[in-house]
Amino acid sequence: MKLLYGWPKYLKKNPFHYCPGCGHSIIHRQIAELLEEMNLAHKTISIAPAGCAVLAYNYWDFDCVEAPHGRGAAVATGIKRCLPDRLVISYQGDGDLAAIGTAETIHAANRGERVTVIFINNANYGMTGGQMAPTTILDQYTTTTPEGRNARMHGFPVHISDLVAMLPGVAYIERVAISSPKGIRSAKKAIKNAFETQINDEGFSLIEVLSPCPTNWKKTPADSWKWINDVLVDEFPPGVLVDRRRRKDKKRSGKKGKKNAD
Amino acid sequence: MTKQLMRGNHVVAEAAIRAGCRCYFGYPITPQNELGEYMAENLPKIKGAVYIQAESELAAINMILGASVTGARAMTSSSSPGISLKQEGISFLAGQELPAVIVNMTRGGPGLGNIAPSQADYFQATRGGGHGDYRTLVLAPSSAQEIADLTFDAFDLADKYRNPVILLGDGLLGQMMEPVEFREPVKDLPSKEWTLRGADGRPSRFSRSLILNPTLMEEHNWKLHRKYQLITKQETRVEESGTEDAELVMVAYGVAARIARGAMKRARREGFRVGLIRPITLWPFPSDIIRNTANRIKHFLVFEMNTGQMIEDVKLAVGDNTKVHSYGRPGGSVPTPMELERVIARLYYHTIQKESSS
Repeated sequence: MKLLYGWPKYLKKNPFHYCPGCGHSIIHRQIAELLEEMNLAHKTISIAPAGCAVLAYNYWDFDCVEAPHGRGAAVATGIKRCLPDRLVISYQGDGDLAAIGTAETIHAANRGERVTVIFINNANYGMTGGQMAPTTILDQYTTTTPEGRNARMHGFPVHISDLVAMLPGVAYIERVAISSPKGIRSAKKAIKNAFETQINDEGFSLIEVLSPCPTNWKKTPADSWKWINDVLVDEFPPGVLVDRRRRKDKKRSGKKGKKNAD
Repeated sequence: MTKQLMRGNHVVAEAAIRAGCRCYFGYPITPQNELGEYMAENLPKIKGAVYIQAESELAAINMILGASVTGARAMTSSSSPGISLKQEGISFLAGQELPAVIVNMTRGGPGLGNIAPSQADYFQATRGGGHGDYRTLVLAPSSAQEIADLTFDAFDLADKYRNPVILLGDGLLGQMMEPVEFREPVKDLPSKEWTLRGADGRPSRFSRSLILNPTLMEEHNWKLHRKYQLITKQETRVEESGTEDAELVMVAYGVAARIARGAMKRARREGFRVGLIRPITLWPFPSDIIRNTANRIKHFLVFEMNTGQMIEDVKLAVGDNTKVHSYGRPGGSVPTPMELERVIARLYYHTIQKESSS
C-alpha cells in the first residue's frame, strides 16, 4: 500500500499547543516536509521568535535557537556568516518583523543576507492577547483598537514585504494566504522557492503568510479563512512581490551555496 | 615578539584576533571607533572571518548571539550609550549560556553625556546590566599591556563558563598609546559540545532562555547561581601594593588605579603610609581580600571616576569597624595624582592622625 500522508520525519511527535484553526501548525509542518524532501534538515539552523511560535523547537526536529523579540534577522545574519553553507530560517510574526524588528529586517535584506524569513502575518499580536499589530488593517478591532484601527490615531497597516522588496539585496519575496487548500499548496511552493533561493546563493528571501488567528479575531476557523479571503487579501494581495533570481525555477536542484558569499 | 606602541582600542582588536576572534559586529560610537576600524581592516584578511558594521547596537549584539551559537569566538564593542542598547542581547546570552566578549570604553553619562573618560558604568557592568538574575564577568585593565592580556583571557573565560564577559575600559584607556607585547596567536580553540551547526549525525538541539515552568526556571536560575559562585571562587583577581604597613588603603580600578598609584608614591614620600588595592575583576569582586585587609586597617579610600559606585561593594566587604571614605570625579574629569594626594593628606590630618592620637 502506498503511503499518501504521514507524520513528517522532522516534526517531533508532540501535539501542537496552537489554537484550533491557527496557521502556525500548517507552516511548521510544511517547513518540516520541505527539509525532508530537499534533504536539508541536517544543515538547517532555524530561529524561533518571541510570540506563539517561540516553542517551535518543541515541534521541529532540527537545530533551533530563540531570538529576542524582533532580532531574528540579526541572529540569522550572525549564524549564516559563520556557516555560509547552512540553511538559515528565521520564523517571525508581524509585530516581531514589522514593528520592533523593522530595522533588523530591512538591513539584513539590504545586505542581501542569504537567509530565509518566514513571516507569519495574522494582523495582530497573537500571544499577548490580540493587540494592534503593524499589519492590523483599517477598521479592524483589536484589544488596543477597540473602536477599530483609525489611520489618524494609529497609522496605516505596514506593508513590510513591499518595502523590503524594493531593496536590491533581495532575491525573492512572495505573499501567500493559507486560507484555502490552494493557498496552502502555494505556500509550500513559495517556501520551497525561498529555500532554493538561499541555497543557490541568490540573496535575501522572505515569504509572507497571511495566517488565521481565530482566537484573537473572535471568529471560527472557517470564518477566519473567509475573512482572509474576503478582506485581508484586499490589503495584502498574494503573489510574487519580487523575483530577482538568476536561476528561476529551472535549475532548482543540487547546487550548493558558495562559501564566503559577498 | 617585540614591543609595539599601540593605542588601547587597537590593542583590544589585535589581541582579540590573536585570541581566535573571527566575528566582530559593531556600530560606531566615540571613543572606541578605532577598534571597529581595526577589525574592518584586518578581519577580512583572515579566511572565514566576519566583520559587519551593524545597523544598530541591538543588531550587533544579536549578530553576536547568532555567531556564538555556532561556536565562533565573537566580540562587539561600544561605549556607554551603546552598551545600554546591548543589554537586551547580553541578558539573552547569559540566559542561553552563550559566550561572548563585550568591550565598553566608558564615557561620561547619563544620557548622551560626553566622550571623555569615565567610570560611570560600574553598576551596569557588575550587576548584570540587563533584565533577569544574572552576572557577567567584568575585567578592568589599567594599561595597554593589561588590555592585551585580559582580552585574551576574556575569550577563554567566556568559553570556559559559557557566559558573556565585559572588558570595562574607558575613553582614556582606549585612546592612549603605550608599549605592548602580545601573546602568540591561539592555535587550538576549545571544542564546544553544545553548538548549533545543523543536526548532522546527531539529534537536533535547541538553545533557549524561555522556560515557562516556574520550577524549571527556578532550577535554571540556581544552576546559573552555582556557576557564578564557582566563577567567584576561581576567577577573582586583584593586585595589592603597599598594604603591608598601610594605615590607609585606597581601592581603585582601571585608569583611576593608575592615578591612585601616582598619588600613593607622592603620599609615601610625604610619610603617609598608604596602600592600594586594585580589583582586576570587578565582578567577581575581590571581597575576601578587602575583608582581610580591613581586619588590620581601619581606613579605606575608594577612588572612582564617578560619584561613588564601587564604594558599595567595598562597604559590603569591610564590615562595621572600618571607615570607608570616597573620592570621585564624575562626568569625564580626570584628576591628577597631586589632587588625589591632597585628598589623602586631608584625610590623614583630619581623621587618621586625630584618631591615633586620641
